[in-house]
Amino acid sequence: MSLLSIRGIGKHFGGLQVLEDVNIEVPGGAIFALIGPNGAGKTTVFNLVTGLIKPSSGSIAFEGRDLAGVPPHQITRLGIARTFQNIRIFPDMTLLENVMVGRHHLLDYGGLALLFATPAFREAERRSRDRALELLSWVKLDHKADATADNLSYGEQRKLEFARALATEPKLLLLDEPVAGMNPSEKAVLMEEIRNIRDRGYGVFLIEHDMRFVMNLCDRVAVLNFGRIIAEGPPDEIRTHPDVIEAYLGRGDEAEVS
Amino acid sequence: MAAFADFWATYSTLVYSVGIHALLALSLWLTLSCGLLSLANAAFMGIGAYTAALLTLNLHWPFPAALLGGAVAPAVVALIIGAPTLRLSGVYLAMATLAFGEVTRILILNLQITGGPEGLNGIPLLTTGWYIVVILAVAGYGLARIRRSRLGRAFEAIREDEVAARLMGINVESHKLAAFTLGAVLAGVAGALNAHFTFFISPREYGFENAVDILTMTILGGTTSLIGPVLGASILTLLPELMRFLHAYRLAVNGLILVVVVLFLPTGLWDARRFRQLLKNRRARKGGQP
Repeated sequence: MSLLSIRGIGKHFGGLQVLEDVNIEVPGGAIFALIGPNGAGKTTVFNLVTGLIKPSSGSIAFEGRDLAGVPPHQITRLGIARTFQNIRIFPDMTLLENVMVGRHHLLDYGGLALLFATPAFREAERRSRDRALELLSWVKLDHKADATADNLSYGEQRKLEFARALATEPKLLLLDEPVAGMNPSEKAVLMEEIRNIRDRGYGVFLIEHDMRFVMNLCDRVAVLNFGRIIAEGPPDEIRTHPDVIEAYLGRGDEAEVS
Repeated sequence: MAAFADFWATYSTLVYSVGIHALLALSLWLTLSCGLLSLANAAFMGIGAYTAALLTLNLHWPFPAALLGGAVAPAVVALIIGAPTLRLSGVYLAMATLAFGEVTRILILNLQITGGPEGLNGIPLLTTGWYIVVILAVAGYGLARIRRSRLGRAFEAIREDEVAARLMGINVESHKLAAFTLGAVLAGVAGALNAHFTFFISPREYGFENAVDILTMTILGGTTSLIGPVLGASILTLLPELMRFLHAYRLAVNGLILVVVVLFLPTGLWDARRFRQLLKNRRARKGGQP
């Protein structure tokens, strides 16, 4: 059974049809990529999965559970975490605090425990802190744990967002253009990080338009163009698929004319 | 000792005011810490003041019970009006809470039980220095604990990026309501304490001007820590007294000082982060010398 099933999803904003009859099955424990040209509707898919917007038609299920009407914070608690194309860290908080926010729902002490700083409260906070530091060390940012997040470079901010998403203990991690704006060596490092994440048992669902990055990394790829899935399969198959080549490069005969 | 007695006789009201204003500034600090620009806290103060005063005046409740009433009544109101208004953000929330404040003031002005425009007279003088000190200490301690917990982190996350906070598993709506309601509790208690040492309360004390005063104290002091609001409240309460020698120009100078502070220290007077930075720079300079 696939981890995430997107079945017959359509989405329109007013008269603008953004997605049409999109079907995607994301397996667990693997890296799955959704690729497509700018404006194809990729981020809209993520916004639908995380519950930020509601589909016009179709259904989304996570581990067999229908997500219709489930609010975003509950979807996170079920085990879906995401990062954003335009990074959304908490700039005035320290790196450690950023990651600890992700553990919000895992800290289940009550108001009285909080006020009196009971042993249970302190134990829960300490464990949460240790886990946050561990996650920061996964992305090699643990040495900056007490710095505020706005001091980080662009690439580091992406990695922090990554650690923060993992802090929610997801089963599926959605990465929205994780290498956007990175140089080749940073990309290579991040690719390795993502492989590590998969090898630790997480499912990864990522959006990308950097074709080379995707082909070297992913176990399976789906291609979205003008709101429709035009191809789906292992990377080698996608690379040579005529519709995909057309979507990315234009039609062959036109290329010849120019 | 005699000198102290003289000082206390003259200035005890001022010292009490500092404490109560500090409590009010902390109440708004809590609401602001969740990113809610609310102008309702003066109204919550009024609801707390009238509730507690009526409880001691008419029902002769003991003071601690009346204080509790002064905390619960604004909390209930906050829960009721919070659900619809807290969907708004930024200036829209400020406008809605401002309107709520005016409605509250006009209600108090026209109700029988509140004594209308004449207000309530002869409220027993039950507030002692200890009440203020203990309540301020408890509030400060409670807020400090909240800051270092999942609750405080959630508030700050919501303030910095609501969408990201939501996708971190935080129930944004319930946390906003909690910050708004807890702020109302603190403002209500401040109002109840105030009513029981000023002898007299009237609707005009809980209007727009007061709401802006509370906001000014909090912003002037700085919202990055708990010290800021207390500092801001102290300064804005003491400053007009210290400048009494300026007579008619006093309010103008008061305003000028505010403008200068806001222009040159936009994060408020007390900004822990700026202090750390200054300290670091100084150390770096010292370290650089052979």
